[in-house]
Amino acid sequence: MTVSAAIVGPGNIGTDLMYKILDRSESIELERMIGIFPVEESDGLQAAVDEGIDVGTEGIDSVKEHADEFDLVFEATSASIHEQHAPVYDELDLFAVDLTPAAIGPYTVPVVNADEVVASGHENVNMVTCGGQATIPIVYAVDRVASVEYAEMTSHIASKSAGPGTRQNIDKFTQTTAAGIEEVGGADEGKAIITLNPAEPPILMRNTVYTMVDESADVDEVRDSVDDIAAEVRSDVPGYEITLEPAVKDQDDVGFDLGDSIILTTMIEVEGEGQHLPPYAGNLDIMTSAALGTAERVAEQSIEADVAGGVGDD
Amino acid sequence: MTSGDADVRLVDMTLRDGMHAVDHQFTPEEMADVAAALEAAEMDVAEVSHGDGMGGSSINYGFSAATTEEYLDAVAPELDDTRLSVLMLPGIGTVEEIDMAIDRGADMCRIATHVTEADISEDHFVKVKDRGLEANGLLMLSHMAEPERVLEEAQLMEEYGADAVYVMDSAGAMLPSDVRDRVSLLVDELDIDVGFHAHNNLGLGIGNSLAALEEGAVTIDGCLRGLGAGSGNAQMEVLVGVLDKAGYDVNPDFFGTMDAAEDVLVPMIDDDEMPELDNDSLMLGYAGVYSSFLRHTRRAGEKYGIDPREILVELGEMEVVGGQEDLITDVAARLADEGAAAEAAGDD
Repeated sequence: MTVSAAIVGPGNIGTDLMYKILDRSESIELERMIGIFPVEESDGLQAAVDEGIDVGTEGIDSVKEHADEFDLVFEATSASIHEQHAPVYDELDLFAVDLTPAAIGPYTVPVVNADEVVASGHENVNMVTCGGQATIPIVYAVDRVASVEYAEMTSHIASKSAGPGTRQNIDKFTQTTAAGIEEVGGADEGKAIITLNPAEPPILMRNTVYTMVDESADVDEVRDSVDDIAAEVRSDVPGYEITLEPAVKDQDDVGFDLGDSIILTTMIEVEGEGQHLPPYAGNLDIMTSAALGTAERVAEQSIEADVAGGVGDD
Repeated sequence: MTSGDADVRLVDMTLRDGMHAVDHQFTPEEMADVAAALEAAEMDVAEVSHGDGMGGSSINYGFSAATTEEYLDAVAPELDDTRLSVLMLPGIGTVEEIDMAIDRGADMCRIATHVTEADISEDHFVKVKDRGLEANGLLMLSHMAEPERVLEEAQLMEEYGADAVYVMDSAGAMLPSDVRDRVSLLVDELDIDVGFHAHNNLGLGIGNSLAALEEGAVTIDGCLRGLGAGSGNAQMEVLVGVLDKAGYDVNPDFFGTMDAAEDVLVPMIDDDEMPELDNDSLMLGYAGVYSSFLRHTRRAGEKYGIDPREILVELGEMEVVGGQEDLITDVAARLADEGAAAEAAGDD
């Protein structure tokens, strides 16, 4: 059994997501790609036509017109547009997977909390940020075996893969990611930093996760926990690679007072699958993968719920 | 923007770029003492914050000894004619910190991005201008872009509302001709003031500042005793003396600035903190690496048994930019692995 879906927003993210669904999803049936420009003016809609996917060119009106075809929408527009669309999706009883920074629904990271968020009856879920998708699983993996007092992530992204949305709202990235590190990752306090690097050829997306834990923490246990979660992430994001296993920094390695804590540093590289976007754009890839992973969990749960007698009726 | 009759505005960053030299460990009391000495010396501007700007206090860059709030509360009462500046790097700090700093007495905010990434700073300029303050734009690692590109990015900042734009030689990698090419183009094409920020890694801190002034820059950065990241910035008391000798009219008092350096700052600084133009910082300038990487690189070199210069050369080849301090550990660990592998191969 499958869940029928539409993508709203045929930009880079929406187009990459389309290819991912068509390439590998067994439980998501893509019914329609919806934009606001005529097909000949939209590369994304043209790509959908080429793949034999129906399109809509009237934005939210196309959603309304065809709402009986699908149960789930991927929002790949912008935060302000999603804020306008969300009440309409709600009215039409469409499950919304929000890839924008609007964050109307709860922050959702597939391997950490998607099952729980979906099961709790939310019908609008947010994908945090690309950096959040890359790093929150690590914070969570450390926190489940050694309570994380403070977690900090840095994301290095190729300048070429940071679009105008990210650039004009860079604070939104750091604020949202930090909040996700706390709410989903489980750190008592979170901080996020983003750096854009213009080097040519473009760098792969790199992330560093620092977690501050008590010096008594069992580092081997942390490494096992991180390995486990990385393997889970890789099932959604094949290019997700731990490049530095949690390495210990103690008082001698830093220029500030660490008290009774140590710092565990984990580094991650994300290579995109290269369906639509080049492999260096792992930051975009991890978002579309997270959205698909979340939708697949919705599909799983709706199968179970159907057996139990209906979804979304509570 | 220069005050009174002065031809040049001098911005003292002892309590900001200087924070790199002390691993961001100045106490609020120490900052207050330095600020009082700068006020007494009639310094034009004193900049205060974590070395990487507000919000920079972190594992990646080092936690500061106190919060930005505590530093500003200590310093603001000491400054009257000397203007209080704060630094903000979009991607590290946010507009919330700009509001906080303005509420606590900041008179101006300087907003810094990598030289090719000015378009991440619009919100921050708008915020500073909305609050009615002076905003300066700083284009970091300006040696990494051609003059025409530096100009394009400077024009973006001008469009966002900047009152001045700086060519930042964050790696201390520029030769005087590099400075002249960039500053003169900006002076010709912009309607706002142009500034220059030196690091002394190639021994050109004062010389490059002079070159910038000759091309029309009117605002120049420095630190007392040449504190600052890497081998330090242009040495402020030297700047005051040299500019005076060169016939520029500057506000700060020469003796007062010297006294601030020698009597107030120097007693606060440990021997291993005072920047000098040693081999490692020379390599920063030669390889074109962000100056604040120096102390992090030394620590990583020691941990992994690698010559810091080798790490810096590798980072230079990778074209790392400011903010990527975490890659230092990555490179050191990789070089150590490669070294061990080569040694093992040599044993066969």
